[in-house]
Amino acid sequence: MAKSIEEINEKIKQGKVVVLTAEEIIDYVEENGVKKTAREVDVVTTATFGPMCSTGAFLNFGHSDPPIKMTRVWLNDVPAYTGLAAVDAYIGAAELSETEGMEYGGAYVIQDLISGKPVKLRATAYGTDCYPRREINTYITKDTINQAYLFNPRNVYQNYSVATNSSDRVIYTYMGKLLPNFGNATYSSAGQLSPLLNDPYYRTIGIGTRIFLAGAQGYVAWCGTQHNPSKERLPNGTPIGPAGTLALIGNLKEMSTKYLKACTFHGYGVSIFVGVGIPIPVIDEEMVQFLKIKDEDIYTEILDYSVQRRNKPSYGKVNYKQLRSGKITVNGKEVQTGSISSYYKAREIANLLKDWIKEGKFYLTNYVAPLPAEERIKGLEIVSQEELY
Amino acid sequence: MPSKRLVLTFPENIVTKPITYKLVKDFNLEFNILRAEVTPEMEGKMLLEIKGASEQIEKGIEYLLNEGVSVQEASKDITLDKEQCVHCGLCVSLCITNALSLDEKSYKLNFNKEKCILCGFCQNSCPVNAIKLKM
Ligand code: SF4
Ligand code: SF4
Repeated sequence: MAKSIEEINEKIKQGKVVVLTAEEIIDYVEENGVKKTAREVDVVTTATFGPMCSTGAFLNFGHSDPPIKMTRVWLNDVPAYTGLAAVDAYIGAAELSETEGMEYGGAYVIQDLISGKPVKLRATAYGTDCYPRREINTYITKDTINQAYLFNPRNVYQNYSVATNSSDRVIYTYMGKLLPNFGNATYSSAGQLSPLLNDPYYRTIGIGTRIFLAGAQGYVAWCGTQHNPSKERLPNGTPIGPAGTLALIGNLKEMSTKYLKACTFHGYGVSIFVGVGIPIPVIDEEMVQFLKIKDEDIYTEILDYSVQRRNKPSYGKVNYKQLRSGKITVNGKEVQTGSISSYYKAREIANLLKDWIKEGKFYLTNYVAPLPAEERIKGLEIVSQEELY
Repeated sequence: MPSKRLVLTFPENIVTKPITYKLVKDFNLEFNILRAEVTPEMEGKMLLEIKGASEQIEKGIEYLLNEGVSVQEASKDITLDKEQCVHCGLCVSLCITNALSLDEKSYKLNFNKEKCILCGFCQNSCPVNAIKLKM
């Protein structure tokens, strides 16, 4: 018997909805079986809290008097992109401060805005008849500006690789500090709690899906950049390595620094932890088969990050139970593991979203359009114009 | 008498005993092993306090380096800012003494300072700068 989103929302309204987290559903299915679970459980909440460089915010500052058509803009000395209308800008999380380098950047500006701190705005312009001002120096907060919305061109990676280092020197990467001679290994996915690993073929998550985004209610805006659903998969549907991604959007003014945190990877750059929670409606028994996935059923590849190439050599596959145990074997050697995304925080978000749904503060959505099911990721080739044709 | 706190890293297949014995015998150094950690298939690590004449200490360090042991000055202190920590566990992969670990049930970071040998491996690893090592 299939359940519709409308039926589930009606249950939310009546306070009768049954919600479990993606962790809780595992034991529930084991005890009650797939059929009973499909009948009794309405929603499963998934979540992730990991660093994602592909994050930023659109801002509209409002017009000064006399007005300015900004051509260059800095927020706390971090350049933002303003090749848009007069006072629109996009601040990218990975942009570095021109005065403090990697200690501060776009991610920290976004964090400061959310926490209500004043941010220094400087802009220059060439001046036009309608926008005569050529320079402005002022301060803003999230409350003094018109719009501020977070836009993630890519987030919620459906699985990711494990990073290790075969070389004889320490390397600093977006996967963290990697010690020489396979001294450690780092991974990123929330595994059994991760949204797209619980809906591997995007049956319920699509464009328009309402989500938890950094403490606010946001939406899936599009498929994310580098969306790669054609990645090799296990029979249970989960891809063995990075596959699907989502583009996300939400009102920055409603977000909380509890679920969004600026960070710096030493020697690499600035990034930002973004907390995302996605509810998955238990529409039928097939959905339960996907939702009961656990860490040991999800595999990914161990890659050598000391090889500075697009394709890195693989040292085999591991599952998330092994990764989360703290030790894996790489190249015959026992290697300690660490995660760059926080399972603790992901669990907190899955539970919070569960409470929101149970309290009638969050309703589920049908997607407006599905995510592409068959795209393949492309590389960038260095070619002459003629070679393209 | 001058003293120094050093972190020695022994590569796999170097036997630590004769080396430390030699430090006493040939270089007339007093030493005190504050912590040692030798995990199977991993390099051994040792936090050591050595005392002796300055030039003897220098010679002793030179000897260790020649033997393939890496020698670093130990950090003086370590602090963890619990307010900042997001419990990712990145630092955990770098800590061989288990001073930094994730709780098996809650997945919260545990910091057991007693176990820390101030080796500095976790330095520059925390993305939110919650770990501070003083040199
Ligand atoms: S300095 Fe860091 S890595 Fe070394 S023992 Fe202490 S906590 Fe662990
Ligand atoms: S790396 Fe930093 S934020 Fe992550 S667990 Fe360690 S101290 Fe906490």
